[in-house]
Amino acid sequence: MREPVIRVESLYVAYGERPVLRGVDACVEAGEIVAIIGNSGCGKSTLLKTIVGLVQPQAGRVELFGQDSSALTPAERAPLLRRCGVMFQYGALLNSLTVGANVALPLEMHTDLSPRLRVEVAQAHLEMVGLAHAYDLFPAELSGGMRKRAALARAMALDPEILFCDEPGAGLDPVTAAEIDELLLTVNANLGTAVVVVTHELLSIGRLDGRIVMLENGTCVFSGSVAEAQAADQPAVRRFFHPAVRSTS
Amino acid sequence: MSAARATAGPGRISICGPLSVAHLGTLAAQLSELLRQAEPGPVAIDLEQITALDTAGLLFLETLPELAAAVDRQLVIGPVPERFQRFQQFVARRPRRPPAGAAPRSSRLELLGGWVLEVYHRTADLLLLASDLSWSALRALGRGPSGIRPGALVEQASALGSAALPIVAVILFLIGAVSVLQAAAQLRKFGADIFVAELLAIGITRELGPLMTAIIVAGRSGSAIAAEVATMKYSEELDALQTMSLDPLRFVAVPKLWAMVLCVPMLTIMADFVGILGGLVVGVTIMGLAPEAFVEQLVDALFLRDVASGLIKSLSFAWAVTIVGVHQGLSFSGGATGVGRATTSAVVMSIAAIIVLDSFWGLLFYLG
Repeated sequence: MREPVIRVESLYVAYGERPVLRGVDACVEAGEIVAIIGNSGCGKSTLLKTIVGLVQPQAGRVELFGQDSSALTPAERAPLLRRCGVMFQYGALLNSLTVGANVALPLEMHTDLSPRLRVEVAQAHLEMVGLAHAYDLFPAELSGGMRKRAALARAMALDPEILFCDEPGAGLDPVTAAEIDELLLTVNANLGTAVVVVTHELLSIGRLDGRIVMLENGTCVFSGSVAEAQAADQPAVRRFFHPAVRSTS
Repeated sequence: MSAARATAGPGRISICGPLSVAHLGTLAAQLSELLRQAEPGPVAIDLEQITALDTAGLLFLETLPELAAAVDRQLVIGPVPERFQRFQQFVARRPRRPPAGAAPRSSRLELLGGWVLEVYHRTADLLLLASDLSWSALRALGRGPSGIRPGALVEQASALGSAALPIVAVILFLIGAVSVLQAAAQLRKFGADIFVAELLAIGITRELGPLMTAIIVAGRSGSAIAAEVATMKYSEELDALQTMSLDPLRFVAVPKLWAMVLCVPMLTIMADFVGILGGLVVGVTIMGLAPEAFVEQLVDALFLRDVASGLIKSLSFAWAVTIVGVHQGLSFSGGATGVGRATTSAVVMSIAAIIVLDSFWGLLFYLG
């Protein structure tokens, strides 16, 4: 077994009085693809945000690269976060910067690369996601799919060891969504990046074919391969993979 | 992990350690120094001992021949270790885009022309919107589908009008007080300090009351209108209204226009009253003027004409602030910074418009 890069232990998160995660245990190994799945509102995005430190858990612990990240101060956590890339649901590109500047931003702030090398590294990442021509465009000039690709390039800028993607296919046409998944697979296969995807799209889950972690009501109810999930007996998993369509005659 | 470093042997230089974005450090400087010291002739770069390689590292290797050319050496760059070769092929470049060059510069004449056109289009837009919105507002008085949604007017009047009461009151009280303080000190030299009452009455009702109220409203409500409209445009709410065959202008802007046109004159009446009160308080307590004489003088000096001219002014100010706010909100482009820009220019342009209108009215009333 490879060493885990993320380990989450009995994580408890509540927004005000309302608990969202109640004791989640999960782990991600280096170079693995993990799909966190579940119905809307089951706490998928919260789990992701808690792992990257955007949400502070009330109880439990998050280990990143073997260190207890929830116990660290933001300054101590920063070097760990630099080894992670996050692709947000709507891209979250900074609208005031060009696409190229968005990708080069982490390089500019966190490394001492020469300005020229910075431009080249940013451009190389844009090329990897198929946006070679977009360096000088502004995010407002991009389509939804291009924005996602640019966000992926920015998340990849520092060649992270873990790539988090919140709903990579949301709001995209099936072709573009498949291309994004393809990109994630390429990145995983060639760069050895662990990919953690939050999604609820069956097609995407099948394409990525990674390990599945299913959340239901704030707890982890299933962990295993896609094939195992499709054959699983638990009612929550069955409902998710074989949703019954009631006729409305 | 420690930084990548370079060690030299005869005719060759080895790079050891992680060749990755966070560990490149001073490698370029080290290599350049080693190359300068090397014997003339080709130098082999040995990559067998690198422990990590990422995109930045690979691109760094591509810059090495240039580095060597600068010190007049030739390089033979060795292959990367077996386990990184797949990665190298993945990053292997397609035809490279040249580093961002300067965009061709336009001549000054072109810039001037572009600016004039821009100003022309913006002014035309603004006038068009002003007439459109005013016409919609008038039509909204009728019943039926073009009318104002019930409740919207009250909602807007409360947000844009009555919520501004305290701040307008405080500021006008102070303005009245300070005016009397300044003027009475001057008039006292001529023994005419009781005339400060007349100055106060006319100054506040004709000029300071409407003007200060409008400026406060421009800062409070003009910015709010611009930000709201810009955000609605950004989040496609305006488009949504259109698809429900609701005119966004009528639905969003008309209640605001009516609320402003009704509330700002009312605010101005309150402002006149509080401003005069502030002057009265200071005149009586600090300047030692007799209250009866002060009030008598005030009443003698004040004509309905003064108050009415102030109200006409404030009506036009309210109209201008709303139009400018909506216009700036609609002409917003590009995300969060765009909303900020729209808000700022709404306030700046509203205040400019208020001062220009004020001069216009001042001239008109003075000549008339």
